[in-house]
Amino acid sequence: MTAVSSEVRELASREYQYGFVTDLETDVAPRGLNEDVIRLISAKKNEPDWLLEWRLRSYLHWLTLEEPGWQNVHHGPIDYQDIIYYAAPKPKTELASLDEVDPELRAMFDKLGISLAEQERLGGVAVDAIVDSVSVATTFKAKLADVGVIFCSFSEAVQNHPDLVRTYLGSVVPYRDNYFATLNSAVFSDGSFCYIPKGVRCPMELSTYFRINAADTGQFERTLIIAEEGAYVSYLEGCTAPMRDKNQLHAAVVELVALEGAQIKYSTVQNWYPGDAEGRGGIYNFVTKRGKCAGANSKISWTQVETGSAITWKYPGVILQGDNSVGEFYSVALTANHQQADTGSKMIHIGKNTSSTIISKAISAGHGQNTYRGLVKVLRSAKGARNYTQCDSLLLGSDCGAHTFPYVEVKNSTAQVEHEASTSKIGEDQLFYCRQRGIPEEDAISMIVNGFCREVFKELPMEFAVEAQKLLSVSLEGSVG
Amino acid sequence: MLRIEDLHAKIDDNQILRGVNLEVHAGEVHAIMGPNGSGKSTLAQVLAGREDYDVTGRVLYEGQDLLALSPEDRAAAGVFLAFQYPVEIPGVGNLYFLRTALNSVRRQRGLDELDAMDFLALAEERMTLVEMDRSFMNRSVNEGFSGGEKKRNEIFQMAVLEPKLAILDETDSGLDIDALRIVANGVNALRSPDRAMLVITHYQRLLDYIVPDRVHVMAGGRIVRSGGKDLALELEEHGYIGFEDQAASDRSTPVGVTP
Repeated sequence: MTAVSSEVRELASREYQYGFVTDLETDVAPRGLNEDVIRLISAKKNEPDWLLEWRLRSYLHWLTLEEPGWQNVHHGPIDYQDIIYYAAPKPKTELASLDEVDPELRAMFDKLGISLAEQERLGGVAVDAIVDSVSVATTFKAKLADVGVIFCSFSEAVQNHPDLVRTYLGSVVPYRDNYFATLNSAVFSDGSFCYIPKGVRCPMELSTYFRINAADTGQFERTLIIAEEGAYVSYLEGCTAPMRDKNQLHAAVVELVALEGAQIKYSTVQNWYPGDAEGRGGIYNFVTKRGKCAGANSKISWTQVETGSAITWKYPGVILQGDNSVGEFYSVALTANHQQADTGSKMIHIGKNTSSTIISKAISAGHGQNTYRGLVKVLRSAKGARNYTQCDSLLLGSDCGAHTFPYVEVKNSTAQVEHEASTSKIGEDQLFYCRQRGIPEEDAISMIVNGFCREVFKELPMEFAVEAQKLLSVSLEGSVG
Repeated sequence: MLRIEDLHAKIDDNQILRGVNLEVHAGEVHAIMGPNGSGKSTLAQVLAGREDYDVTGRVLYEGQDLLALSPEDRAAAGVFLAFQYPVEIPGVGNLYFLRTALNSVRRQRGLDELDAMDFLALAEERMTLVEMDRSFMNRSVNEGFSGGEKKRNEIFQMAVLEPKLAILDETDSGLDIDALRIVANGVNALRSPDRAMLVITHYQRLLDYIVPDRVHVMAGGRIVRSGGKDLALELEEHGYIGFEDQAASDRSTPVGVTP
């Protein structure tokens, strides 16, 4: 660290003011956020000084920020002092059998076609399934180690690969980036770390599924993926099981770095608790996801299917720095009941002949509000840059809404930027046509919606695509007519 | 098979059907002709179960009250409508759509669903009826189809779904002579003693290819004249003018409905 302000240095070395030192044995930090809580988190994780400094600098900066108000979503005030920012991973409350799992949760599992063993694992039932997963994870890790791929929790990476973490942490999403990313930088709990060495094609799709401790990474997750020259990785985030999380606020950060000729494909299926039919409860999901095509001929592709959360606020983007680099964003966002989504993508063209594609499909049902917000920025240096953006909205019913806010800034006259947008209402004519052929109304709606999303689904890995389709059908159930 | 009694239909205070009576037996092909706005297409839509209309009267289909059934239940019971304007469904494969439809109908009828292979075999066989090219089977339903392809696709769907009562709503409109011949051949191949057809058309031309057992003339929301196939030729010669006058005078006499 060369330019650490004296203020931060002083903070980092200061003694715990409130006598937290002795509390190191406790598992839960006191409610609220202050420097001592951050020191506690860092100490609990046995972090090096530079990381504590980084956290504290983030915190000090966060104190100067105000929660953004520009997004097209509405929610009550968030009390940041009423959140517990650190709780040690608790041993899971073990249930004796599936019969003890929330019946509503089980019904959802059944609809999604999740196997019994899987249901047991997801439902937190202590049976052999967990043992199985451990062994799966072990063989899996051995296979990755053979080719030099590092895939571990963020905390492990800090301990075992500190130089990599120090080089790349904050290199794509700086701690000053935005209110929620800054908060995350100060208090992040854990997350995933992934490093693909030069020239290696990761032999399997990486998924948090295989990482047992992933379940408790908490609400301030931090993910960092680095693909060295010529490397390739496909990373799957999330799980289609509904996560009955009590934490209302989630503020994750994901950073991807692709060096020369590298490719990163990042797929998300997000199905967090959306709140009930009246709009009570549900997760506020404020996520910052960004990739950097640092090297020439690199490629980063985001694919997301968002059907959960009461509020979704995310703009996965790509900084196209290397010449000829490619950024892609494929998104399906569904808002039903009282869900609100303000989502889209940011493509920043810096290198020559860089190209980007944005395909956004928004579906609104019930009282759902869906906003596409995108930024395509072509800098002066980005000669020959190209972007194609297509935003399609589908409305089911008359109480929902779709909104589009595309921002385009072009500073190089050789750039080509195309934007297409459409809004359609699921047609009475389409529905009647399907029903006249014998297809019941709910099946027909799900068929039409899936057809609408096909361009995005085909970008998902096979089994994810199947789950995403089922998920859409389940999420739409009862939300129409 | 089908008995329509005093059928009235209106949409937004606009009375369109004003007392239609019609009886169709299994194996028969009935043509319904008439000028634009006479209610032909509304009749087709009401029989298929379109919910936008206020409907009174009675429709018995194989002894059951057709008007009480949902559109999908009518389809399962064997009612098929070939649409005048077939609808596009982007992103949904043509064959996938048809297989879903067929299996929905089969489920309702208590039959086993067809697996992908059996379905494909059936589809390929029926495709030849309308000289349809395999290449557009996997395109999205009707998306980017020409007018003629859309109409052929309707008849192809009918051939796969094997309805008992087929209603063809202006299937000839927008077809050139070759496409008309292909569509008509497909329809003729599907004529059967167990199947009734209601062929709605504005022009006599289609009836050169699909020869009806009965011809009905609709005007002003009711059937004003019925006859054998020669009636179509008579219409070709004299047009609908006389019938419209007749409908207008009928309306001025009290028939229980105020316009």
